[in-house]
Amino acid sequence: MSLRSRRTMTGSPARTTRVKSMTPSTSSSRSRASSGRQALVGPEDAAAYSTATLRILASMPSRTIGRSRGAIISQYYNRTVRLRRRVSRPQLGGVGRSARPSLRLYDLELDPAALEEEEKRSLLVKELQSLTVAQRGHMLKGMPLGLAEKRSLREESRTLTGKPRERRGRRGLFPCCGWLRDTCVLALHGLGLWLLAGLHGLKPWRYALKRIGGQFGSSVLSYFLFLKTLLAFNALLLLPLLAFVVGVQAAFPPPASPGPVPAFTGLELLTGGGRLTHTVMYYGYYSNSTLNPPCVPAPDGGQCGRETDGLPYNMPLAYLFTVGGAFFITCITLVYSMSHSFGESYRVGSTSGVHAITVFCSWDHKVTQRRASRLQHDNIRTHLKELLAEGQLRQGPRSVCGRLRQVAVLGLVWLLCLAITLGCTVAVYAFSELMIQSPVSAEQGGALLALPVVVCLLNLGAPYLYRGLAALERHDSPVLQVYVAVCRNLILKMVILGILCYHWLGRRVGALRDQCWENFVGQELYRLMVLDFIFILLDTLFGELVWRLISERKLKRKEKPEFDIAGNVLELIYGQTLTWLGVLFAPLLPAVQIIKLVFLFYIKKTSLMANCQAPRRPWLASHMSTVFISLLCFPSFLGAAVFLCYAVWQVKPSSTCGPFRTLDTMYEAGKVWVRRLEKAGPRVSWLPWVHRYLVENTFPVYLVSALLLAVIYLNIQVVKGQRKVICLLREQISNEGEDKIFLINKLHSVYEKKERSRGGRTQEAERLEEDPDAR
Amino acid sequence: MGGSGSRLSKELLAEYQDLTFLTKQEILLANCWLLLHPLHPSGSSRASPSTVPGTQAHRRFCELLPQEHRSTEESLHTRVSLEQILSLPELKANPFKERICRVFSTSPARDSLSFEDFLDLLSVFSDTATPDLKSHYAFRIFDFDDDGTLNREDLSQLVNCLTGPGEDTQLSASEMKQLIDNILEESDIDRDGTINLSEFQHVISRSPDFASSFKIVL
Repeated sequence: MSLRSRRTMTGSPARTTRVKSMTPSTSSSRSRASSGRQALVGPEDAAAYSTATLRILASMPSRTIGRSRGAIISQYYNRTVRLRRRVSRPQLGGVGRSARPSLRLYDLELDPAALEEEEKRSLLVKELQSLTVAQRGHMLKGMPLGLAEKRSLREESRTLTGKPRERRGRRGLFPCCGWLRDTCVLALHGLGLWLLAGLHGLKPWRYALKRIGGQFGSSVLSYFLFLKTLLAFNALLLLPLLAFVVGVQAAFPPPASPGPVPAFTGLELLTGGGRLTHTVMYYGYYSNSTLNPPCVPAPDGGQCGRETDGLPYNMPLAYLFTVGGAFFITCITLVYSMSHSFGESYRVGSTSGVHAITVFCSWDHKVTQRRASRLQHDNIRTHLKELLAEGQLRQGPRSVCGRLRQVAVLGLVWLLCLAITLGCTVAVYAFSELMIQSPVSAEQGGALLALPVVVCLLNLGAPYLYRGLAALERHDSPVLQVYVAVCRNLILKMVILGILCYHWLGRRVGALRDQCWENFVGQELYRLMVLDFIFILLDTLFGELVWRLISERKLKRKEKPEFDIAGNVLELIYGQTLTWLGVLFAPLLPAVQIIKLVFLFYIKKTSLMANCQAPRRPWLASHMSTVFISLLCFPSFLGAAVFLCYAVWQVKPSSTCGPFRTLDTMYEAGKVWVRRLEKAGPRVSWLPWVHRYLVENTFPVYLVSALLLAVIYLNIQVVKGQRKVICLLREQISNEGEDKIFLINKLHSVYEKKERSRGGRTQEAERLEEDPDAR
Repeated sequence: MGGSGSRLSKELLAEYQDLTFLTKQEILLANCWLLLHPLHPSGSSRASPSTVPGTQAHRRFCELLPQEHRSTEESLHTRVSLEQILSLPELKANPFKERICRVFSTSPARDSLSFEDFLDLLSVFSDTATPDLKSHYAFRIFDFDDDGTLNREDLSQLVNCLTGPGEDTQLSASEMKQLIDNILEESDIDRDGTINLSEFQHVISRSPDFASSFKIVL
């Protein structure tokens, strides 16, 4: 077991420390008045500090904390003590030297040479022993020491676990529980390690993601990680539906519908109609009564009993609750992951210090290919030059004329984009009205595809127009340009979906009064999804492959087309919105989406590897994943939830098909059940009470919203307070730095005086020796 | 895991899992890679298991090793020279590869890595390592002269590493001076002309991307 000891390096006279030589009397006013720094003293005219001064400088705690083992150990000792003491309030005042060894930590930093490294180490081991097993493991993992030392610390801190802990009076009531708790924690720890290893092995596409990250960097990787997240959401949505709705109905099929069963043609996969209409795929198949297992007549020829033949399964209730429950779980998961992502990516004061952050944090170590590495070098160099140029520009004055012109161009481009959006919306509305007026029967295949094709074409073409218009405007920051493009595309897609929702719930319900309108809506959403997938394929083919061939052969450019992250992510969000909109009317739609996402992963990966290069603009990967999840939550999921609530609460279900055919609204199934529970007896009376006072009443909603607003306000105030504290601390550190420089200069001048006086005395002595008479 | 399981005992594996941020598969992969390299000193790509997809092929590679290299003790103490580590595909294109290897090396001449040093390296660069640990080691990697602070020379060497290897990719002298002045103004809080560990960690804590970019996946 080799102990690594990196002693503090002794200073050499040749290496001069560059420190500003200022006296504190003038320094404080000067440094606060000037915005930039004083010009640092160059090597030619730096004061040559003596060996002693340099030795002291090199052994200052702030310089040794990164290097010396002793400093690391004492730092982690402090942290361990703080961790252990977190529950109890620290003692204030009257803390003198006492016999308790843990209090000596206050003297550790002041007098590092007094306590040897071994003593510090033993103190650390003692503190580690008093932590719980999980805390100790976490502490050890995070220590920046070598593996051999960590192993020895662990061995030493483990030997005395059987010791009774009287000092921790908090748990003194149940001493035996300590041992039990430790065993449980160790067992859980082992189980956790095993699970983690299993999950790690199960992670799909791990090698593919590594190759993508290695060749294109973190920003392109974030698109594929988002795709994986969407897969997880869809699986979360599909499982309850499969278990409680689809599986049960498939096991107890309803009586066959009258009329001939249409033959299976290939067109069904595109239109979703025909053969697929009367299957578990769509709403219309589900029965509106309680399902009972088929009764087997008793051997003695008796009748089928009713309640005694197994539990009845109330299909309408199951359908309503499963869809509602799945949406609720998705909502909670989305909000949690959004807040988690936001918490990771937001930092107080993250807008300042952009030069330092670029230099320290911008190299992506995941990149492993030489070509990609060279591209990263180029990107960083360009970014640094842009930052330096921006800094120069900001210092120069901006003319009022130029500003006005920029604002005017911006306004014009926005107006044009909104006009294009309005035009697309009107086109979709007019076309949908046309489809209603023209007599198209439900079974006709090709004509049903007309509306989805129009919608997909508009979704594909309008972003290219936006990109063309965006070339006119010039933004200060390239990241803002990308966010503006994302915003415009999002507005277009959401407005078109809004018009379609109005068309279905407002007009189609009336037009298909005696038929199954829910089936129709489900099929429309299925068609939209399938055609969206086909158009993405075509876009990938033409946008990436053909463009690369053209640019290589005809234009003779070596540059491949860039991978458009924002556009691709918006397409994913759009597809997911379609799934959420359609889940009520076609419970197997998440399965279709899962298949589509799996295909999309492989197609996009192949196209990326063959045809594209990483985007030139620097993307902040963490900000991007936050933005993606927020976009998924706010316009997309919220819109789908609003649509679902409206369909459940306000729209009359069709009377010929589906589980709600005899009711006025889908929600009534729940109300009927609650009324039945009320009659059932006093044991379940709390449920109707909950329903009447919490669900039907509007007061709890206001209360919850008020609480949410209060929490948000508190958080904003906390962040403001933290900013203020950070400012004060920076001032304090800057003052301490000035004190430090003052002391160094003073030390230096004292040594110099001593050297000079010693030198003067030896010179005097030599002179006297040579010439004893010359006095 | 037939052959490769006999190389590292279960207790040793559990201990490594407890003390580092690596999972069992990653530890075994690292072990496998390190054991292969003393046999193929040329570091040919055929020998490197990282270019072979999937863990099945890795296991087959491990089983090809001769008997004498299967003892645990020997595998723990085998030291791999710096050139061989630098030929690892994950590090080949990294401009900081030399500094990374020197920081994690425990040999007196800082020119070779043992298996445990290699595990330390992978643990710090792994997915689940704390940002605190990563920023500590990032500071040591950027400190080119190992004096405990980042002074102007360290910073200019760092910027030259970032912008590219050739002469024509480096910034001009005035741009470099301006950049370093800006960096020191933003991050040197006590205004002594150098950036020490605490100031560095303070700058890093303001960037949420650091943890995700300071990662090497084996």
